[in-house]
Amino acid sequence: MNRQGRPTTSGAEQGPTGVVETVSGHQGLALEEPLLYERGSPEMTGVDLPEVPAVTSRLGQMGREGDIGLAGLSEPDTLRHYTRLSRQNYAIDMGVYPLGSCTMKHNPRLNEKMARLPGFTDIHPLQPEETVQGALGLMDMLGHWLKTLTGMPGVALSPKAGAHGELCGLMAIRAALEAKGNARKVVLVPESAHGTNPATAALCGYQVQSIAATSEGRVDLAALKEALNEDVAAVMLTNPNTCGLFERDIINIAEAVHAAGAYFYCDGANFNAIVGKVRPGDLGVDCMHINLHKTFSTPHGGGGPGSGPVVFSEALVPYMPRPLVEWRDGGFTMEETDEDSQSFGRLTAFHGQMGMFVRAMSYMLSHGADGLMQVAEDAVLAANYVMASLSDVMTASYAGPCMHECLFDDRFLKDSNVTTLDFAKAMIDEGFHPMTMYFPLVVHGAMLIEPTETESKKNLDEFITSLRGLVAAATQGDNDRFSAAPYLAPRRRLDETAAARKPILRWSPPPASTTN
Amino acid sequence: MRYLPFTAQDRSDMLSVIGVDNVDALYCDVDPDVLLSQPVDLPKHATELSVERNLTSLARQNTVAGEVPFFIGAGAYRHHVPATVDYLIQRGEFLTAYTPYQPEISQGTLQALFEFQTQVAQITGMDVANASLYDGSTGCGEAVLMARRITRRKKAVLSGGLHPQYRDVVKTVTTFTDDDVVINPPAPTADEDLIAQIDDETSCVVVQYPDFFGHIQDFSALAAAAQEKKALLVVVVTEIVSLGAISSPGAMGADIVVGEGQSLGNGLNFGGPYLGLLATRQKYVRQMPGRLCGETIDAEGRRGFVLTLSTREQHIRREKATSNICTNSGLCSLAFSIHLSLLGEKGYRQLAALNHARAVQLAERLELIEGVEILNAAFFNEFTIRLPRPAAEVVNTLAAQNILAGVPVSRLLPQQHMDDLLVVAVTETVQDEDMMALEAGLKEVLS
Repeated sequence: MNRQGRPTTSGAEQGPTGVVETVSGHQGLALEEPLLYERGSPEMTGVDLPEVPAVTSRLGQMGREGDIGLAGLSEPDTLRHYTRLSRQNYAIDMGVYPLGSCTMKHNPRLNEKMARLPGFTDIHPLQPEETVQGALGLMDMLGHWLKTLTGMPGVALSPKAGAHGELCGLMAIRAALEAKGNARKVVLVPESAHGTNPATAALCGYQVQSIAATSEGRVDLAALKEALNEDVAAVMLTNPNTCGLFERDIINIAEAVHAAGAYFYCDGANFNAIVGKVRPGDLGVDCMHINLHKTFSTPHGGGGPGSGPVVFSEALVPYMPRPLVEWRDGGFTMEETDEDSQSFGRLTAFHGQMGMFVRAMSYMLSHGADGLMQVAEDAVLAANYVMASLSDVMTASYAGPCMHECLFDDRFLKDSNVTTLDFAKAMIDEGFHPMTMYFPLVVHGAMLIEPTETESKKNLDEFITSLRGLVAAATQGDNDRFSAAPYLAPRRRLDETAAARKPILRWSPPPASTTN
Repeated sequence: MRYLPFTAQDRSDMLSVIGVDNVDALYCDVDPDVLLSQPVDLPKHATELSVERNLTSLARQNTVAGEVPFFIGAGAYRHHVPATVDYLIQRGEFLTAYTPYQPEISQGTLQALFEFQTQVAQITGMDVANASLYDGSTGCGEAVLMARRITRRKKAVLSGGLHPQYRDVVKTVTTFTDDDVVINPPAPTADEDLIAQIDDETSCVVVQYPDFFGHIQDFSALAAAAQEKKALLVVVVTEIVSLGAISSPGAMGADIVVGEGQSLGNGLNFGGPYLGLLATRQKYVRQMPGRLCGETIDAEGRRGFVLTLSTREQHIRREKATSNICTNSGLCSLAFSIHLSLLGEKGYRQLAALNHARAVQLAERLELIEGVEILNAAFFNEFTIRLPRPAAEVVNTLAAQNILAGVPVSRLLPQQHMDDLLVVAVTETVQDEDMMALEAGLKEVLS
């Protein structure tokens, strides 16, 4: 198992991979890269701009004085700097990325090509509407697909990401309740929810009340019914939930919520498990955000941009944000808020993440209704296959079948000195991105694995074999392999405590040469 | 289907490992009444060629900014983005990575973010910047909430020079909080008195620089007045290239700077994805929204980078977080940073000077047209003109001649009696013949 020369001592003198010390600090293809400010200089530039025509300045007295301190790179050095940086990243393109709740599926390059058509990328949000009918038409088409897939009558495309979609949904709910004369005070959120749910509820001025889970990893219907009263504005529920399970009682939950005069917000982060198979509208959902960057394959880009359209039930349609794309008098138009509108208003400048709309539409058209159904089925099949292949050695938190992700906890590590964190870091040495760790909070040392439908069976088998090997090593007491992992990454374990204690959040010039 | 690698044999083998007969058995927790047996009523799957044809035909129905004389700004600007930028952000290692939760295998994204934060802090003249927000408008909302947390006061005063849609976003995010947002009327001639509105309840004053109408104002006195009352000055910059030519908000005494970073590295994209910038003073770091990247060392003492101060954030703090934001604008911040690295100090200053010079050239042409009046004493690359006719009509007439002349103020501020105002933007992408076309077109429409 030590075929890559992993050191058995913790000695750094051998270097991270146990190979030779080099003069340059590089290790063959593992190239170190200094900061932009160490590689570049204020004099260097990688662009050639036209000469500035001589004019009389009209900046008033506000011309910028002194140096900004920016570093410039030549064009070749720019390519080298960022190419070298890129090689220190793990990515879907490189291997299995089973980050639970994140849906790290293949990002088709057709989508990138389509989003870069000049007719989509080089148009301004405030061009006259007659000059952007194709763009509005695409937005309308996307809205139609999302409404059809969810069985919901209304859609707002403008939210910029999932959490922004949550805000959109809860704002509409609060606007609807205020229109009835009572905004109520409380939003119920299960313990297993994403942190964005309670954070969003707080942003809308609500108190958050937690609801317990059953021993089967689902919302406790009795506890929920007990918590429902005339102070409850909404229930925020992720379905399938963050334990990777479909909420069996969801239709009863929706009925109970509605009977109490509250609304049902569904967090659609896990829509990939049911797209084309189950329409949330049929479950009694009032609104749900859809992460285009999860279910519909728009790339995560190292942390965004995302896109979080929200679908709405009839009851909430009047309160949706503006603008909305409408077909009127033979053309598409952007409907803005008018005086009669009950809309809660505008969530962002302009109209949302057009670049992501094009990518998502390209993905949806490629799959079609039949292909999207297959997406959900294959995603669920893959997760259940991983679960079935690991359950004898790892401890699944709940009985299956699961949906598109499977949840394990750290009971299988209890006789070792290995923690969930150690186990995850050892996966890096195996060439995999770790699963989501320590989330959801309802099980101890959670490991949430979401393989997605775009991994082949071969890839899944290799992943399963590696994990089984790691479990064997952990239970046999090969602690070194875990406690200081990763050994084979661009960096060994990083000191996050030190980073937070005395934050260094930017490069600063060396003190001797400080200029401002 | 080309994105789905399982074969029929794979599926059947996997089902036997799981121990079920068919995939619907895995959906046994779903009420059978709502489990669809047939695909929904949408078109079936399509080939790559057919998808390409379909979307290309939609794209062709739009007037492409680069193909016509183009003078639209008002919060989104058409700049030339070097080819290197788009190539690099399409490298799969950047494009297809998640938020860098596992720093040991995300140093590329993290180091780029650290450099980005430095660049943003430098150009805004502030101590620190975060790793991005969705866009400038939502950043503006976040800044107001941040000012409230810092000052524990509820009154935010918004300048009439603030982009109307930014103003609307602030209104939205404070709808259900008990904040008191004072909205000043639109100020096309920049004649408002904000200092008089600052009192002991004021959390912040929000101004735009250059403002929505293109005015460049010195806010130093406003900053001092705010400081005296222990209120914060929030400065919004929607055209980030401007800071290569005009004094930084930090130098004027800003406490929080919010920017729209689209101008560097990012296309117009019909309004998104864009890039929210947020910078502030060191002492307010722990009240910032969004991700922060920080420097640290690894177990072997080598420099490395991590996401830090996450106890501010929703995944740790939940309902007590500084913001609900999770996904931000990672790849857009990378594009921004690459473009700014290519420019460097020299290129950034030159690009800004070029934008201003081109705008001055257009202003000099337009102010000679009878009936056209420029409202700005000072401007960067955008200014407001008063026309003898409703601007929307003029814009529509010129659009029919394939000249995109600017943004009629009435489009964003309807019913404000500003129908005769037009906001015109000029960047380095505008050529002499474009200016001549606009000048000739305006003369003809107004004659």
